[in-house]
Amino acid sequence: MLQITDLQASVADKPILKGLSLTVNAGEIHAIMGPNGAGKSTLGYVLGGRPGYEVTGGSVTLDGQNGEKIDLLELDPHERAAAGLFLGFQYPVEIPGVSNVQFLREAANAQRKARGQDPLSGGEFLKLAREKAGLLRMDMDMLKRPVNVGFSGGEKKRNEMVQMGILDPKLAILDETDSGLDIDALRICGEGINAIMRRPDKAVLLITHYQRLLDYVKPDFVHVLAGGRIVKSGGPELALQLESEGYEAVAA
Amino acid sequence: MLAELALPTRHEEDYRYTDLAALEAAWPVAREEIVVAAGESGQLALVMGEGAAARHLVITLGDEARFDLRVLNAAGHFGRVAVDVRMGRAADFTLGCAQLGGGDETVEIVTEVTHAEPDATSRQVVRSVLGGKATGTYLGRVAVERGADGTDAAQSVRAMLLDRTATANARPELEIYADDVKCAHGCAVGELDQTGLFYLQSRGLPPAEAKRLMLQAFVAEAFVGAPDEERLNAAALAALEVLL
Repeated sequence: MLQITDLQASVADKPILKGLSLTVNAGEIHAIMGPNGAGKSTLGYVLGGRPGYEVTGGSVTLDGQNGEKIDLLELDPHERAAAGLFLGFQYPVEIPGVSNVQFLREAANAQRKARGQDPLSGGEFLKLAREKAGLLRMDMDMLKRPVNVGFSGGEKKRNEMVQMGILDPKLAILDETDSGLDIDALRICGEGINAIMRRPDKAVLLITHYQRLLDYVKPDFVHVLAGGRIVKSGGPELALQLESEGYEAVAA
Repeated sequence: MLAELALPTRHEEDYRYTDLAALEAAWPVAREEIVVAAGESGQLALVMGEGAAARHLVITLGDEARFDLRVLNAAGHFGRVAVDVRMGRAADFTLGCAQLGGGDETVEIVTEVTHAEPDATSRQVVRSVLGGKATGTYLGRVAVERGADGTDAAQSVRAMLLDRTATANARPELEIYADDVKCAHGCAVGELDQTGLFYLQSRGLPPAEAKRLMLQAFVAEAFVGAPDEERLNAAALAALEVLL
């Protein structure tokens, strides 16, 4: 589904990703772990197309609806979303004055339009939003409030998962979705990820520091990112080994 | 009276940033008197028309009188609104103004709010969105006269520049001759939050839609609580679409 080949990227002329290669197939969940400053968030932003994250080499392709290869790096952020990519933010952004439901309905319908689908009616959208909010145990009243404004850290992360449920991507890149979550919220988010994304036609790239989220969302593959490259790959046991031995011992 | 009929020059503070040629077309500007008797309340939603238009409101509020003024200054090549308010004891004045300009348009609002007696409150919210080579100006003086203790005055002025070629002037001014007063002013000129724009785009909104959504919310701050909030927001949105 996603092929990253020898990806190199700089932020403010400083090279961060230095030849990263990774293949994610449909139906798989991959976890990327690594120390601070390894380039984990940069990878997420580069794949999402954030301005200021400059790709200096390599390629990224995403499988299209009919199995064709889409050059992801050629697309604008909103086109990547319409192609099926979802980026869960480590720090979800507050947008004062813009309600969640208005924003999400417009976003969902913009994606549908780009894919040649009919827009969702107000009623259809609200039904969908209610269902996904229920899945993440989020009060519908919160969805009517301005995007992330006044939300706690945990509520922001749950809101990200509700958005993911509504937008129904085929590939989700989740950047430290577990940070800022208490134990209950961690479980709810984990179960949400499983319910929404654990499908044969979808895939997830989990970017995380810790093993704890992986207790709920069992990865098929675990990779260690250090110095802008994947330095080690393995199965779920690698995450446990990292947790007990540390990055330095395992990645060296 | 004659002096008032002469076209001002840009040496006069209130006209420092104006478009004199356009002002001349609208000159002389009649003073429109509004008097709200003690304990009464009034409201006005002013939607500025096309071409060159200038208005000058002179509002007098009696004791405990209230007035809610909303201004959408967007439609024309030149739009100028001057508002003088004189407030009695415990009177309350609200101004919510949205100014939108593109091309080489000039939109400006000049206010002088005088707290003449104790315990009056005034709230001014001005939001400007400026693109192209447009100029948007807020000149706002709050005067608190001797003895007007318990005054509570606030000015919140923000401008969003869509292009680096646009100009925003914002000058809140306080003149206080009383002791026990609360006067707050906030003033900011900026560009749209790039992180917010990326966030909205990452969910599938095309750039223009993402901008529209954020600007719509920004402008709507001027019309919160207005009696005809919905109509003003719809008119502001129509003006916004022209700018994007």
